[in-house]
Amino acid sequence: MKKNNCYRKLLWIGLLTGFTNGLFGSGGGTVLVPCLVFLMDVEDHKAHATAIAIILPLSILSSIIYYRYNVVDISLTAKVALGSVLGGIVGSMLLNKLSVGALRKVFGVIMIAAAVRMVL
Amino acid sequence: MLVVLIGFFAGIIGGMGIGGGTILIPSLVFLIGTQQHTAQSVNLISFIPTAIVAIMIHLRHKSIEKELILKLILLGILGAIMGSLIAVSLDPQMLKKVFAGFLFTMGLYEIFSKKNIKRKVNKK
Repeated sequence: MKKNNCYRKLLWIGLLTGFTNGLFGSGGGTVLVPCLVFLMDVEDHKAHATAIAIILPLSILSSIIYYRYNVVDISLTAKVALGSVLGGIVGSMLLNKLSVGALRKVFGVIMIAAAVRMVL
Repeated sequence: MLVVLIGFFAGIIGGMGIGGGTILIPSLVFLIGTQQHTAQSVNLISFIPTAIVAIMIHLRHKSIEKELILKLILLGILGAIMGSLIAVSLDPQMLKKVFAGFLFTMGLYEIFSKKNIKRKVNKK
């Protein structure tokens, strides 16, 4: 792959990731990981780990904007964060041991069900 | 307590990189009755400590491609600002509908993505 072409692709992927993550408050990783795997030929596990490192600064920035618009609930966030940090440790360690194929399908179905419920 | 539990499960899923937020946000909206904007902010902010811990673990496994990071963050920052400003200016009901569309697409992607990744590995 040409170096220049590759660089431009990375910029676009970055823009799309940041936009999605900011607009929906989530999903930056779900956009970024397949882009890294299919467009940039990054190995799967590395793509997941790299994605977290990229989304961290983007989430910090988006958090600041959300905070300034007064939609933040600090006590709720603290409780979720407590659980989520512990869960994150478990999940990161499982990533290198588990096949996530079946899990993906289960969560895909849950997400679609939630989406339908949200519109109705 | 329920909130901590929701966070825990979302953290596991997020740590494995299958979209913790896409599970966390609807859980908060439906089970706790949180507003869409607030639920999104909860996910963004709680991701910060979660990511820091996850990054430390991944660094030890040497799974992070450091040379890609800077290039992706460059315009990523611009996208993050644009996306967030649009989100906070949208009406909550509207944002909920747009999010539902996103969730639906991502759900389909989760269901069908594994097959693609396998094909990719086989090709190598």
